[in-house]
Amino acid sequence: MNDFFHMGGYAVYVWSSYGIALLVLLANVIAPVRARRKLLSQLARSKQRARRMQR
Amino acid sequence: MLRFFHQLASPRHFYRISGKLIPWLALACLVFTLTGVYQGLVVAPTDYQQGDSYRIMFIHVPAAWMSLFIYMVMAAAGVIGLVWHIKLAEIVAISSAHIGASFTFLALITGSIWGKPMWGTWWVWDARLTSELILLFLYLGVIALYNAVEDRRTAARATSILALVGVVNIPIIHYSVEWWNTLHQGPTVTKFDAPSIDLRMLIPLLLMAVAFKIFYAVVLLLRARVEVLQRERNSAWVQELVKEHE
Repeated sequence: MNDFFHMGGYAVYVWSSYGIALLVLLANVIAPVRARRKLLSQLARSKQRARRMQR
Repeated sequence: MLRFFHQLASPRHFYRISGKLIPWLALACLVFTLTGVYQGLVVAPTDYQQGDSYRIMFIHVPAAWMSLFIYMVMAAAGVIGLVWHIKLAEIVAISSAHIGASFTFLALITGSIWGKPMWGTWWVWDARLTSELILLFLYLGVIALYNAVEDRRTAARATSILALVGVVNIPIIHYSVEWWNTLHQGPTVTKFDAPSIDLRMLIPLLLMAVAFKIFYAVVLLLRARVEVLQRERNSAWVQELVKEHE
């Protein structure tokens, strides 16, 4: 098991590559999910504002 | 079948169908990634020349393939949007730019991390590395141009042309290792004769390639959905959606 994490002495290079890959992939997923949520609540707010204006 | 594609081109149906598709694609992507990483880090044998450092390949090479593949999709979608004025094609083009840029970044950075122990340097200004860096700048240029123009449709048209011009760079990247002398190794998989790579190394490489392709599809759909909502925000069906969200 220790050998596995040691990666024949290249641990720093191998694990940092996989770590960065994970971060890049996560960022790709999180960005649109958050953008969608933000947009929907923004639209909801402007809708409420429009309704208040009508009264 | 034709009706299906016709419906897909309508923003409302696209939003509905993509919403159903995403969980399944995400699941498939997860399965491919996990088996790919397991095969790549555990099952694949240590390389006789590069030791275990070569395991970076299972990220680096699929990411580099994606950087080229996504660029071609982006340029093709741009042309379709330009010629037939299909909104969804414009959306695919600009959404691809963001994903393509991140895969290009990933290919460059993992290449650099791999280069340090193998070549003794993080970076060399050779043909392969430089043309890939130009690809990153092309992606960033497309994104910047799209954001700089106020009107979405004009922006889409301008970026399509930029993306199209940048296609010149794609064959340069691909053939750079054959045309110029370079530190970067030549192709081992996409040769016409049998690939010169152990099967236990080839399998995780292909698994990761498929995983990244599916990942691209998932993020493309996620991004396109937001873009569709943004553009259709005054339509009845989006207003209906907002009501549910409240």
